Amino acid sequence: MRQTIVHDVSDLPTYGYGPRSGPWWGAMGFMALEGMGFAVAIGAYLYLYAVNPSWPIGASPPDLWPGTVETVIYVLSIIPNEFTNRAAHRQDLAKVRIGLIVMALIGIALLVLRGFEFAHLNTRWDNSAYGSIVWLILGLHTTHLATDVGDTVVLAVLMFTRHAKPRRFSDVTDNVFYWNFVVLAWLPLYVLLDWVPRL
Amino acid sequence: MSMAAEPNELRDDVLNGLQLSMQLERVWRTPSGLVGALMSVDHKVVGRRYILTAFAFLLLGGILAILMRVQLAGPEKTFLSADKYNQVFTMHGSTMMFLFAVPVMEAFAVYLVPLMVGTRNIAFPRLNAFSYWMFLFGGCFLWISFLFNVGPDVGWFSYVPLSSLQFTPTKRADVWAQMITFTEVAALAVAVEIVVTVFKLRAPGMTLDRIPLFVWAMLVTAFLVMFAMPSIMVASTSLILDRLVNTRFYDSSSGGHPLLWQHLFWFFGHPEVYIIFIPGTGMVSAILATFARRPVIGYPVVILSLIATGFLSFGLWVHHMFVTGLPQLGAALFTASSMLIAVPSGLQIFCWLATLWDGRPVYRTPLLFVIGFIVIFVLGGLSGVMVASVPIDTQVHDTYFVVAHFHYVLIGGAVFPLVGAVYYWFPKIAGRMLSERLGRWNFWLAFIGFNVAFFPMHILGLIGMPRRVYTYTADMDWAHLNLVSSGGALVFAFSFAVLLANVIYSLRKGALAGDNPWNASTLEWATSSPPPPQNFDRIPVVKHRDPLWADSESLSVVAGLSAERREVLLTSLAEAEPQIREASPEPSIWPLLTAIATTIFFIGSIFTPWAVLWGTPPMAVTLIGWFWPSGSKEDEE
Repeated sequence: MRQTIVHDVSDLPTYGYGPRSGPWWGAMGFMALEGMGFAVAIGAYLYLYAVNPSWPIGASPPDLWPGTVETVIYVLSIIPNEFTNRAAHRQDLAKVRIGLIVMALIGIALLVLRGFEFAHLNTRWDNSAYGSIVWLILGLHTTHLATDVGDTVVLAVLMFTRHAKPRRFSDVTDNVFYWNFVVLAWLPLYVLLDWVPRL
Repeated sequence: MSMAAEPNELRDDVLNGLQLSMQLERVWRTPSGLVGALMSVDHKVVGRRYILTAFAFLLLGGILAILMRVQLAGPEKTFLSADKYNQVFTMHGSTMMFLFAVPVMEAFAVYLVPLMVGTRNIAFPRLNAFSYWMFLFGGCFLWISFLFNVGPDVGWFSYVPLSSLQFTPTKRADVWAQMITFTEVAALAVAVEIVVTVFKLRAPGMTLDRIPLFVWAMLVTAFLVMFAMPSIMVASTSLILDRLVNTRFYDSSSGGHPLLWQHLFWFFGHPEVYIIFIPGTGMVSAILATFARRPVIGYPVVILSLIATGFLSFGLWVHHMFVTGLPQLGAALFTASSMLIAVPSGLQIFCWLATLWDGRPVYRTPLLFVIGFIVIFVLGGLSGVMVASVPIDTQVHDTYFVVAHFHYVLIGGAVFPLVGAVYYWFPKIAGRMLSERLGRWNFWLAFIGFNVAFFPMHILGLIGMPRRVYTYTADMDWAHLNLVSSGGALVFAFSFAVLLANVIYSLRKGALAGDNPWNASTLEWATSSPPPPQNFDRIPVVKHRDPLWADSESLSVVAGLSAERREVLLTSLAEAEPQIREASPEPSIWPLLTAIATTIFFIGSIFTPWAVLWGTPPMAVTLIGWFWPSGSKEDEE
C-alpha cells in the first residue's frame, strides 16, 4: 500500500510524566487490581464478622499502638514522598537521592513496626477464622509494603550509578505514585483491623 | 523534559521502501537460536505461542471429555473408575476454563490488538513474555500432577468442605489452588498490558469512537479480568492456607464459613463467563463486518452493550447459590439482575442480525461459524433466562440441564466465534489461507456434532440425571439419550481433527494470503501476512472508523520515529494525539528466569510454608535483573 507521510513526530520527547507515560498507566492498572484484592479481603472480613455471633472470636482486639504509630508515619511519609516527586520532576538528582534514601528508611522502619503489629494482634492465624482473616489482610498489605520498599531501595541504588539518566526520574515519580497507594490502602485497613473489633 | 533527538540518529523519514523495512526488521526481530527464542518479547511470537499452547490444552481437555462420554455412553460401564472419573471431570473443567478459554482469548488479544491499534509492540512486552511462561508452567504443573495421579478431583470450583484437608488429605486440592494462582498471575498481567496498549499505543487519530469493536471487546474483558480475578486469588490463597498452615477460613467449628468460599469463587466465576464470552462477541463483530461487506450497525450500541454487560456481570454471582438457602429478597434481586443481563446481549444480537440483513453476506467459513454462534448462543441464552428463575433453578440445579446450558453458552458463545476467528486471522498469522472445503466440513461437523452431543442433555437433566455421576443404572432410562450424546461428542471431536488437519495442510499447501485477503477494513490488514517484526514500517494515521475501506489505495502515516532502536508512539487517551516517542524493551532472558523462580516459589509452597522464605530471594534477584538498565541506548536517555 502506498504511504503518505502526513505528520512528523521527531520533535516529541522520549519520556514523560504522569498520564502521558505508559508506565504510569501500568502502575494505575496494578493499583486497580490490587485495590480490588484489598476490597475482596475486606469483604471477606466483614462477611465473617456478620456470620459470627461474637467478634473477635476468642481473642481480645489487637493492641492499638503499633497500628496507630504506623498510621501516623504513613500519613507523614506523604511529605518526603512529595518532596521526592517534585525533585524528580525538576530532575534534581541530589535531592532525588536524598528523597529516595529517606523513603527507603521510612519503609524499613514501617516493616520493623509491622513485625511488632503481628506480634500484638493477640491472635494467631490458626486460632479462629478471625485470626485467619486478620493475618491474611495484614500479610497482604505487608507484601505491598515490602515490594515498594524493595523497589525504593533498588531505585535509590540505581540513582547513584551511571544509569541515573533523565528517564529514570519518570520511574521515580511512578514509585512515588505507588507509595501513595500503599498509604491509601492502609488507612481503611487500620480502621478495620484495629477499631472494628472494638465496636 | 524534552529530549530533542540526536541530530545524527537514523529516522524513518530519511529511509524508504525496502531499505526502511530491512532496517526496522533488524532492530525489531527476535534474536536467532534457542536462547534468542527464549528471550523473545515480540507480541506476535508470544501471542502465537500462547495460542498454540491454549489449543494444546483444548486438545487435552477434549480428550478428557471423550473419556467421560465413553464412560457414560451406557449404564454401569467400568471404563473409568469413580475416582478416575472425579479427576477427569475436574481436570476437564479446570483445563477448559483456566488453561484454554481465558488464555486463548487473551492470546488472540496479545497477537491482534497491537496490530489493530497500529503500533509496533504490546505495552510491557517483557511482562507479556513472563505471563506466557507463567501460563505454560502452571498448565504443565496441573497436567504433570494429573499424570502422577495427583490431579484435582473436587470439581472445577473446588467447593469446601470437600476440598478441605479433612476430606481431601492428598495434595490434589493444593495442585488445583496453585494452578489457579499461576493462571491468574498470567491473566492479570495480560489484562494490564491490553488496557495500556489500548489507552496509550493507539495510532494517531484513532479516537475512542474509531477503535475497532474487537479491541473494545478486549478492553472491556481486560477490565473484567482486573476486577474479577483478585477474588479467586484471595479464594485460592485462603484455601491453600487452610490446608497448609491450619487457618480457619472455612472451618465452621472455628468461626469459618463454607459459603464464604462460594461467594469468593462465584464473584470471580460469573464474570469469568463474560471474560470468555465478550472476546467472542468482539470476534463476531470483526468477522461479521468483513463478510457482510458493511460496518456493524449500531457501533455505539454494541460498545455500550459490552460495557453494560461488563458491569452487570459483577451483580449476578449469587444465582449460582440459589439452593444454599438465601434470604428471599436476595434471591429475587439476583434473579432480576440475571435476567437483566440478557438485555445488552440481546441488543448486540439484533445489531448483528441487522448488519447481515442490510449487508451483502459472503458465506465463507468464518461467517458460517458466526451464524452457528448466533443460533447456539441464543439457545443457551434462553435456557439461561430459565435457570435465572429460582423455582426452575431449584429443580434443575446440579443436573445435566445446567451442563447443557453452559456448554451452549460457552461453546456457542466462545468456541464457535473462536474457530471462526482462526479461519479469519490464520491468513494474517501464517500468510496462507485455510482450505475452504475442509472449513465447510469443519463447520457442519461441529454444528451438528455439538447439537447432537449437548441438546439431549437438556432432557436428561429435566428427567433427573445429576451432574458429576460416574455411572447410572439401566432402570433410570437415561441410556438412549446418553448414547446419542456420546455419538454427537465424537462427531464434534472429529470436527476439531478436521481443523487440525486443515491447519497442518494449509501451512504447507494453502494459497498465499497477501496483505488483505478478505478485503477487511481494520489496520492489521494494512501490513504484510505474516506481519514483519516491526508490524508497520511507519505508524498509520487513522481518519476513519474503517480505515482500509475509506481509502484502500494509500495509507496516511507519521514519520520521525527512530530506525535504529526500538521506539513506539504514545498518544493521548481520548483523542489519540501523539505525545511521546517511548523506548520499547529489547529481548531479555529475565522474564523467563523470573517465571522459573516464581514457579519454584509457588510449587514449593504446596509442600512447605518455608518456601515463602527461601523462595523470595531468587524472585527478587530475577526481578532486579529484569528491571536493571542493560546499558543499551533505549535505557540510557
